[in-house]
Amino acid sequence: MKKCAVIRFPGSNCDQDCVLAFNSLPGVSADFVWHKDSSLAGFDMVVLPGGFSYGDYLRCGAIARFSPVMRAVREFAAVGGTVIGICNGFQILCESGLLPGALVRNKNLHFICKHVPLRVESAESRFTKAATKGQVLNIPIAHGEGCYFAEDQILAELRDGDRILLRYCDSAGRVGDSSNPNGSRDHIAGICNAGRNVFGLMPHPERACDPMLGSTDGLAILQSLAA
Amino acid sequence: MKIVVTVMPKPSVLDPQGAAAAEAIRHLGLQGVGRVRIGKSIEVELPDSTPEAEIHSVARELLSNPVIEDYEISK
Repeated sequence: MKKCAVIRFPGSNCDQDCVLAFNSLPGVSADFVWHKDSSLAGFDMVVLPGGFSYGDYLRCGAIARFSPVMRAVREFAAVGGTVIGICNGFQILCESGLLPGALVRNKNLHFICKHVPLRVESAESRFTKAATKGQVLNIPIAHGEGCYFAEDQILAELRDGDRILLRYCDSAGRVGDSSNPNGSRDHIAGICNAGRNVFGLMPHPERACDPMLGSTDGLAILQSLAA
Repeated sequence: MKIVVTVMPKPSVLDPQGAAAAEAIRHLGLQGVGRVRIGKSIEVELPDSTPEAEIHSVARELLSNPVIEDYEISK
């Protein structure tokens, strides 16, 4: 049984969805971990869920980064532990320096809440191995600050290292400005670290894991982690 | 003492808020509006003896994000 820790920060609001979604996977048992806890002993993977940790005060994820549990998350990641940050979780990973770059205000200033197509750019990761390269996934986004920014050199490193796992695209899988919802550089929706054990993405796979939710495409990511 | 930390987006970072404000200024009829950038100003009360290095550390580690922002400290 793989044990999955879903971290709860004050203001997290996708924590219950994540626990539900991960618990629905065969061979996975998910549980909440409070942000003041300092140990992740016994867990096989860590989820930083979406929401508005600390009310998004100062910058999204800026204060959550200093929560006691984040020291444990950094140590967990440093020894190769699997960490996935979804939406606000992605913002926290960037603020923590566990992933490069930052998430800034959407180019059109709107809070965008809708299903978007995403192209799987690499299946060579523990987060996307159940998908195929080029596959288009229909998964919802829900954010006001999801515009991925990194300097050119970082973008080149991400590309060269096959670390861009998801890009925004149109329904036919074509990537371009018209299918980029938030102005993210290089149409980035999700990236991993050089060790390929830390993954951040703005879309919510846990909101696309049941036919009742309108899409089951998020399972491609969730099942990658279960396998 | 009270210090003021001014945090501004780096020139290379998109500032859609600034662009929207620039557009609104034009709508008000002001001619020749150039680039508008929106940042934030943070006042912090501290003991006078607080070492400069610690103030910079807080400004760099928490109050700003060096990936996207520059900061300046004034006293």
